[in-house]
Amino acid sequence: MQQTIKLKKGLDIKLRGLPERVLPKCPPPLSYAIKPTDFHGLTPKMLLEAGSAVKAGTPIFCDKYNPEILFASPVSGTLQAVNRGERRAILEAVITPDGKNESKPFTPPDLAKASRSEVAEFMLAAGVWPFLVQRPYGVFANPQVTPKAIFISGFDTAPLAADTDYLVNGEGAPFQKGVDALKRLTAGKVHLSLCAGYPANNTFERAKGVEVHRFSGPHPAGNVGVQIHHIDPINKGDVVWTIAPQHVVALGKLFADGVYDVSKVVALVGPEVKKPRYYRMVAGASLSGLAEFINDGGEHKRVISGNVLTGAKVDINGYLGFYDNEVTVIPEGDCYETLGWLMPRFKKLSMSRSYFSWLTPNRQYSLNTNLNGGQRAFVVTGQYERVLPMDILPVYLIKAIMAGDVERMEKLGIYEVVEEDLALCEFVCTSKVKVQQLLRKGIDLMRAEVG
Amino acid sequence: MKAIRNLFDNIRPDFEKGGRLHFLHSTFEAFESLLFVPKTVTTGGCHVRDAIDLKRTMTVVITALMPALLFGIWNVGFQHYLSINHEVDFWSIFLYGLGKVLPMLAVSYIVGLGIEFAAAQMRGHEVNEGFLVSGMLIPMVMPPDVPLWMLALATAFAVIIGKEVFGGTGMNIFNPALLARAFVFFSYPSHISGDAIWISGLSGGAGVIDGFSGATPLAKAVAGHLPFSAMEVEKMFWGFIPGSIGETSTAAILLGAALLILTGVGSLRIMLAVAAGGYLTGLLFNLIGANAYMNIPAYQHLVMGGFAFGAVFMATDPVTASQTKSGKWIYGFLIGVMAIMIRALNPAYPEGMMLAILFMNAFAPLIDHCVVQVNIAKRLKRAKGKF
Repeated sequence: MQQTIKLKKGLDIKLRGLPERVLPKCPPPLSYAIKPTDFHGLTPKMLLEAGSAVKAGTPIFCDKYNPEILFASPVSGTLQAVNRGERRAILEAVITPDGKNESKPFTPPDLAKASRSEVAEFMLAAGVWPFLVQRPYGVFANPQVTPKAIFISGFDTAPLAADTDYLVNGEGAPFQKGVDALKRLTAGKVHLSLCAGYPANNTFERAKGVEVHRFSGPHPAGNVGVQIHHIDPINKGDVVWTIAPQHVVALGKLFADGVYDVSKVVALVGPEVKKPRYYRMVAGASLSGLAEFINDGGEHKRVISGNVLTGAKVDINGYLGFYDNEVTVIPEGDCYETLGWLMPRFKKLSMSRSYFSWLTPNRQYSLNTNLNGGQRAFVVTGQYERVLPMDILPVYLIKAIMAGDVERMEKLGIYEVVEEDLALCEFVCTSKVKVQQLLRKGIDLMRAEVG
Repeated sequence: MKAIRNLFDNIRPDFEKGGRLHFLHSTFEAFESLLFVPKTVTTGGCHVRDAIDLKRTMTVVITALMPALLFGIWNVGFQHYLSINHEVDFWSIFLYGLGKVLPMLAVSYIVGLGIEFAAAQMRGHEVNEGFLVSGMLIPMVMPPDVPLWMLALATAFAVIIGKEVFGGTGMNIFNPALLARAFVFFSYPSHISGDAIWISGLSGGAGVIDGFSGATPLAKAVAGHLPFSAMEVEKMFWGFIPGSIGETSTAAILLGAALLILTGVGSLRIMLAVAAGGYLTGLLFNLIGANAYMNIPAYQHLVMGGFAFGAVFMATDPVTASQTKSGKWIYGFLIGVMAIMIRALNPAYPEGMMLAILFMNAFAPLIDHCVVQVNIAKRLKRAKGKF
């Protein structure tokens, strides 16, 4: 029995609208999209023109600077349109499904015999390379680099996060196949982190060839970045990769059956959802079919692909993100609140004990998107440290980023964090500093200056 | 409230860009956000935010100051009537004190907030709530008879030179309220030192009973009136002694400290460290015992003068204190050490708290720098260990 890594710092934000463990059918989406904005550091270059017929796994665009990294259509159908934004940047490539959901056939190499480069080349060709996310920086992996290890987080502690055990339930065989493939890509180990509180799903517990670690503690204990910090921290020059469990499963299906299958179980959650439940969806599916499950009064809701801390705001006619396992719907907060800062505010959550939520730790809240105050310079200290279970000084890191001091960012540990790891710092901030946005700015600067 | 909301919505266009009152937009925003939490929603990053904001934080501090302020108001009256040997009822005492303290509060807020609003306007920022606390602290660290023009000047100095030139609240190096006190202390020493100024009306001399001394316990200690009797120490703890308006009652200050600690707004770490630093230094001096002041039992230092007030409300100012966890221990401890050292070793200054805190304010960034360097060194060492 391995030791449990106990984390104390952090905060579990309890929101209303936890999903029930049922998997009803949802209406088939009328369109799909693959969005370059889901992938940090990508400069997309279209490979197909609008009107082309595609199958699941047909590459639609590639990275301009790494043309071997392909981004594939999630389903079969027709590439309907390429929507562009400012300066003609590609926002989404929209695919109209033909209903057959055929995958482009792939011939997987034999994992027992194939060399590392054969495995990597096959994954690149099949468009599954973007499953692999590189640390530092949280960008898609560089195929020329052999990572020192690969990390998988087998649980998610974010607010209203989908239950990872439920997502991979019954996918033991493809998960194992996926792990076998990952083992060929790294010289080191494949690490799997599980929650110490309860036995994980058999898919995880029976996985072979992985190094299992157990974590306990509040969010962000389930963040892979926090886990890496405690298992084998990233130092300057280190490269590790991370991959989400559902992508390990998809990878396994590719190596077992030669199909590109990015379908996954997704939770529809939040206080504005009538009956929060799980649905089987394909990455990039239009969310419009879910509209009927959401409370009426559309304009005062925010639909988020992902969780409330790190997800992306999408329209109800928008699309499910590539890496997201949940769609969260919360009320908008665009209303004035009379003397709010003076009121007891029993319905609002605060880590500070100047409100009363600390007296009711198990209460579930229906938080809205109001900023609850104005932006200020840093005044209160010690807040960020309470929600970051890493040996990093978050305020000093953020200040180094504000100053654009690359050397100092490096010294203060920017290689170890991505936005999701500091998301709680942003949540608790009295001065309402946009921590995640700043951190990405810092990471982009690092990539430009250091590479 | 609806009518006020409508009023704000109606006059808003005048304050927006291009409006005829645009030069007052920060003022408009300050008043509006005081009455109504803005309808701003999150964009990018976290979609939900903690309910805490700076207004709430500052409200907690102001609430925590209330016991000390109310007691201070009463004590101003109490000391005054004591000096002229009049026995009057509670309300007369309180009203006399109110008559002294209220104008001081008004001057401090009008001058300070006036400058804050103007500075926010010039920068195009929102008005920061920091001065709501500073404006209350400034009169509380002054003697009751300080002239109002002097208070106005000191406030202006503290806000402009102490804060705005650095970029406003959050950027300042020194605690603004203590800076105001230091300004009076060094510019007009006769108004903030000696025996006569700690009791309202005493320096005027009208009606004062013969031989009445307004000396604070600190001054008595310097003069060698030692040791304090148990009753004197008790008086010091409850605060029935002359002194700056807010500092006398350790009991009232502890009430405020309890609220700050309970809500987590004030740093318990710093308060404990200051007390520990002061107490241990007191003990050390007891061992040396070279002068009368050194022989004061260590615990008595904690209830004398401005020690408790400084530890609870001044040293804990998050902007000017150390910001790292271990830095806070060092910073607080050294404040305690310095304060008692100045008291016992420097005959010119019977009180050391103000100078100790200002001095450590200057050193807080250095302490933090060392703590950050330790973190950096650990990370470097970890990286080297790999190869």
